[in-house]
Amino acid sequence: MKALGLTVYSGEKGLDRRVSGGYVSDLLSDVMGNADEGQVWVTLQTHKNVMAIASLKDLAAVILVSGHKPDVNTAHQSEEEAIPVLGTHLSAFDVTGKMYELIKK
Amino acid sequence: MHVEYNIEGGDFTRAGYASSQIKKILKQSGVDMDIIRRTVVASYEAEVNIVAHAHGGAISMEVDENQIRIVLQDVGPGIEDIDKAMEEGYSTASCAVREMGFGAGMGLSNMKKNADMLRIESEPGKGTRVEILMGLGKEEILRSKK
Repeated sequence: MKALGLTVYSGEKGLDRRVSGGYVSDLLSDVMGNADEGQVWVTLQTHKNVMAIASLKDLAAVILVSGHKPDVNTAHQSEEEAIPVLGTHLSAFDVTGKMYELIKK
Repeated sequence: MHVEYNIEGGDFTRAGYASSQIKKILKQSGVDMDIIRRTVVASYEAEVNIVAHAHGGAISMEVDENQIRIVLQDVGPGIEDIDKAMEEGYSTASCAVREMGFGAGMGLSNMKKNADMLRIESEPGKGTRVEILMGLGKEEILRSKK
């Protein structure tokens, strides 16, 4: 996470979750249908339903790209579920590229 | 075991609440995690459909040793053409709903892919009833492990 320079917005308690990979999408049903447990979800969606999906799918964390910040109730639910919401000024392409390099190692 | 939750049409802040309760209950009941994951994908998509399209409805779940049975009944516009609605990519969702990342036309196919049995009955102008069955027998557990 430090290597990616991510901001922790909420859900710090969950930062020790094991990461199995990542999934990049802004379509919620796409994530619901195709993401796997333990993945980090890269998106620009900031509303609370993101956390409902992250929790139902047992995702490791959510990364909001391009400077997007979580809605207040999104951050609140992230705390409750202990699923971190992280942020970056990078685009989805750039942050995913960096993350891919890290995970591959 | 029987539980029931109301679903408010249009209230996206509560969308997914019933499905997360269902997940908790199934976890506490010791249901296989792969079956739980498939169950909540189907129930979440059905729940969001009520929020996105209907005036309101209810979701109920019954669990016994052989199966999980989830029934969603709503009062709403119904589905004119169920075959068309089942096509991936087809959606009648509003622009506002699409901007949130819903309404990509993937919900019903997600439900079909994840449920062991899916039955949809609808009366246009009145409402829709969705039934999701998940088997809990040995065969289903083997199937979900594949």
